[in-house]
Amino acid sequence: MAAGSQPVTRSLAALAAALVLAVTLGTLAAVAWRAEGFAGVGPAARDALWFTLWQAVVSASLSVVLAVPVARALARRRFRGRGAVITLMGAPFILPTIVAVLGLVAVFGRSGVVNVALRALGLPEVSPYGPQGVILAHVFFNLPLAVRLVLQGWLSIPAERFRLAASLGMEAGAVQRALEWPMLRSVLPGAWLLIFALCLTSFAVALALGGGPGATTVELAIYQAFRFDYDLGAASVLGLVQFALAGVAAALAWGLARPAVFAGGLGGVVRRWDGGGWLRLQDATVIALAALFLLAPLLAVGLRGITGLAEMPATVWWAALRSLLVALASAALCLALALPMALAARRGLWVQLVGVLPIAASPLVIGTGLFILSYRWVRPDEIALAVTALVNAVLALPFALAALVPATREMRAGSGRLADSLGMSGWPRMRLVTLPALRRPIGFALGLAAALSMGDLGVIALFADGDTATLPLQLYRLMASYRIDQAAGAALLLLALSLGLFWGFDRGGRANAGA
Amino acid sequence: MKTPLIAAGFALVAHMATAETLTVYAPDYFASEWGPGPAIKTAFEAECSCELEFVTGDVLPRILLEGARSDADVAIGLSQDEMARAAASGLFAAHGQDVSTLTMPVSWEDDTFLPFDWSHLAFIYDQRTETPPTSFEALLAMPDETRIVIQDPRASAAGLALVMWVEELYGDKAGGAWARLAPKILTVTKGWSEAYGMFTEGEADMVLSYTTSPAYHIMAEGDESKKAAIFEEGNYLYVELAAQLAGTDQPDLAQRFMDFILSDGFQTAIPEGNWSFPAKLDAEKLPETFRTLPVPDKALYVDAKTAEAMRDEAIETWRQGLSQ
Repeated sequence: MAAGSQPVTRSLAALAAALVLAVTLGTLAAVAWRAEGFAGVGPAARDALWFTLWQAVVSASLSVVLAVPVARALARRRFRGRGAVITLMGAPFILPTIVAVLGLVAVFGRSGVVNVALRALGLPEVSPYGPQGVILAHVFFNLPLAVRLVLQGWLSIPAERFRLAASLGMEAGAVQRALEWPMLRSVLPGAWLLIFALCLTSFAVALALGGGPGATTVELAIYQAFRFDYDLGAASVLGLVQFALAGVAAALAWGLARPAVFAGGLGGVVRRWDGGGWLRLQDATVIALAALFLLAPLLAVGLRGITGLAEMPATVWWAALRSLLVALASAALCLALALPMALAARRGLWVQLVGVLPIAASPLVIGTGLFILSYRWVRPDEIALAVTALVNAVLALPFALAALVPATREMRAGSGRLADSLGMSGWPRMRLVTLPALRRPIGFALGLAAALSMGDLGVIALFADGDTATLPLQLYRLMASYRIDQAAGAALLLLALSLGLFWGFDRGGRANAGA
Repeated sequence: MKTPLIAAGFALVAHMATAETLTVYAPDYFASEWGPGPAIKTAFEAECSCELEFVTGDVLPRILLEGARSDADVAIGLSQDEMARAAASGLFAAHGQDVSTLTMPVSWEDDTFLPFDWSHLAFIYDQRTETPPTSFEALLAMPDETRIVIQDPRASAAGLALVMWVEELYGDKAGGAWARLAPKILTVTKGWSEAYGMFTEGEADMVLSYTTSPAYHIMAEGDESKKAAIFEEGNYLYVELAAQLAGTDQPDLAQRFMDFILSDGFQTAIPEGNWSFPAKLDAEKLPETFRTLPVPDKALYVDAKTAEAMRDEAIETWRQGLSQ
């Protein structure tokens, strides 16, 4: 039997899946139980449902479609600073929403760089407010994630395959059909699903760039139900609606995906022989445009924060340290959950479902549900940091799975067979076969989980503890007390730390892979 | 060398074990190091020989979840729109204060919820606006190119207060007023911070905030360019409230804190801590900037019960009006 189905792995995977179900559906059940049933929702919520759905479909599709040329260009080019570009392009995904909104506005806003330039050239202005703004923001957030997942797919095609294709004299088009299209067919539906679910639960960003009440998502209706109506029944129904939408999308993605396995690589550096000439120019243009789109708002955030950095009080630095520790704990926990799940996963729909539930879950429902489940026994503020680490680990799980599941599939088809025939199992197999083979996705998963935990705030509103504030919380406090310069400094610090964590883990994962 | 330290440690632990603790649920901004919380804690602890502990987060939702078993002795920072729901819960007890001598622009009658600070809502502008509006009508008549950011009434207390403001002024014609404002609304945000950030970063010409907002810029930054639009017919009043829990296990301490709220020890922490007007403080005790801050002659206000009754319909009018 393969290591993937060892009883220990299977039990650990079941345990991890149970934890995911408890944090997502369990918290929803707790809220519904406290509400003593579900309650009806009004016409505004129904309008919100329609907007939520179509913007999520458009945002996810656009992100994934745009990610393909960018990832392809990054996969077949080697240039100085390529690693830095890949790391930096991952940053929007981990920004707190308020920082991202101000960054986007600084570039695409009515007084932003783009419109100033357009005015100077005598061209009509563009407005980032309205449906186009919501989609702009969601593509800004999620294009990097899509690029990384698709790039991960490209890197999973062994160097030997491209060498073989080159020796057979295959042109770029033929390489596309034989190697790249099957890979995309296996990667894109999953990436689309993750982004769809992320856009489903978007709220503050969609509203701020939506330009008016039309840009209302279901998550806002949930917030309203908690904050103004104290209508837990309505919140439960709306939370269930989000799960249902994500469930349908997950089934759809599962049906469309065709796992592609390129077994038998030695993990060497991929060299490409196709795509010279004008394709080189095309790739360079694509990379430059994507980098400009994604990095300009980050640059705005960075420049804005420099002056504030020096003025930040010591408590902000302490909060940064606390956030760092939470992020590390969260990343470790996330991997401990994701690895057994990925190893136990066959091509089951349940992996897809469990893998998307945390993203489709409303942070407010999770937070309130956990509160309902725990407050009778412990003081919520005493477990604030532990809850933050746990919830962030579960929220980052889908991304870790997205990186780990395809890689374990390949491992099984490759070195897995050899290990089976040698009768390897247990820790030796883990150390000698599994971990080396999964090094790259593990690094990526750890980096992403750590970075995501740095930026998170959503779940802990009911658990917050004044004395053990995290960095995002300090940032919001600075904003709320008019200290915008210092808040900008805190944003820069948060950005730098998140990127540092992501870069460190990701780099560690690639250290031996020669890339 | 070590012994005194150890002794001090023991003394500290012993103190913590014996001193009674008053638990006050407060919004995050209130208890944060940049809010009025720390000064209030110091002042109260000096006179009560007890310990005051702020527990931060969403105050009312949390108390409603916890019900009668809540650890809270006092809740502070409730917004006026929460008052009706808080009252209906039956979890709060009378404040026992004389509210006839408050320094507020309206008379206060409620005997459970005690105002501790207030401001008027106002649209804040800067030097980019050459002719600031002097009435709500003038605001609606501003050129459509004016870029105004407001907060969503479904997510923000200030946003909801604006909706009440328009209802109070325009009644049946509120929908028309929103439709006239619609072209000038750059966007609607979840909370105050995003909206105010868009204004200070130069993206919006005006933002919905408070008449006391310019005080921060004057006192902390020496910036006098940011001003509140004062309306002839008055601006809408925004009040923050405190109340003690009926089920407190520290009734004496909770009552002492309620008494303390209207005293100078508490009230003097408000102007530069919460950037708003204290609910009961003589004008001569206010910082200079607050004494000279332009404020409207009149305050518009919809009482909590009426506001709660018309909330859903008013929000729907807002939504329809702005969506046109």
